[in-house]
Amino acid sequence: MRWFAVPAALLAIAGLWLGLVVAPTDAQQGDAYRIIFIHVPAAWMSMFIYLVMAGWCAVSLTFNVRLSSMMAQALAPTGAMFTVVTLWTGALWGRPAWGTYWVWDARMTSELILLFLYLGYMALRHAIDEPRRADRASAILALVGAVNVPIIYFSVRWWNTLHQGATVTLTGPPKMAAVMLAAMLLMTFAGWFYAIAVTLIRVRAIILERERRAAWTTELAGAAR
Amino acid sequence: MNLADFFAMGGYGFYVWGAYVVTAALIAIETVAVRWRLRAAREAARTGEK
Repeated sequence: MRWFAVPAALLAIAGLWLGLVVAPTDAQQGDAYRIIFIHVPAAWMSMFIYLVMAGWCAVSLTFNVRLSSMMAQALAPTGAMFTVVTLWTGALWGRPAWGTYWVWDARMTSELILLFLYLGYMALRHAIDEPRRADRASAILALVGAVNVPIIYFSVRWWNTLHQGATVTLTGPPKMAAVMLAAMLLMTFAGWFYAIAVTLIRVRAIILERERRAAWTTELAGAAR
Repeated sequence: MNLADFFAMGGYGFYVWGAYVVTAALIAIETVAVRWRLRAAREAARTGEK
C-alpha cells in the first residue's frame, strides 16, 4: 500500500506546487482556471475507474471469478468519490466561467448519470444478501452502464454543449501551456496511485468480510444439521 | 507574490479554495473510512465475531 500511497502524496504535492504557485494566471479566466488541476484529473479518473470496474465485472461474469467481483466492488466507492469531486469542482468553475453552477448540458448530465451508476451499483450489491447473486446482478448493471462512459467522453463533440471541448487529446498536441499540462498530468498520476492504494486496502477488507460470512454460513448449516 | 494574494486567487478564492478544500476533505474521509473498514474486518476475523 505504501508503494502507492507515498508516490500519490509526492505527485500531488508536486502537482499542487506547479498548479497553484508556478503556473501563471490565465489571461482570460484569471486564477479561477486553477480548478482545472483537480477537475480534469478527477473527471478522467471517474471515467477510467468505471471502465476498470466494468472490466472486472466482465471477467467475473465470464469466468465466475470471485476475486474480480471483489475488485469491482472495491473500486466503486473511489470512482463515486472522483465523480462527486468532478461535479463539485465543475460547479465551482462553471460559476465564474459561465455565470452558472449547473446547466443540463450533455457533458454534465452524463457525468451526473455516472454518479447514479456508481451509487446504483453499490446499492444493488447492498440490497442482495447472497454474495454470488449480488456479484452477477451488479456486474450486469455495471456493464450496461458502461455505454455512458463514451457518451460522457464524446458529448462535447456530439452535442453543442456549454462545456468546452477537449483541451488535451491523445491524437493532437495539447492546447495549453507546458507548465499547466505538467501540473495536470502530475495530479492525474497522483489520482491513479491514490485510487490503487485505497482500492487495495478496501479489497482486503472485502475479502475478510466475505470469508467470515462464508465461514459463518457453513457453521450455521453445520449446526442446523 | 505574498500570501494574501495567494489566498485571494485574484478574487476567485471562494471558487478555487472551495474546490480544493472539499476535494481534500473527501480524500481524507475516504482514506480514514477505508482504514477503519479494514481494521474492523481484521478484528472480526481475529475474534471470530459474527
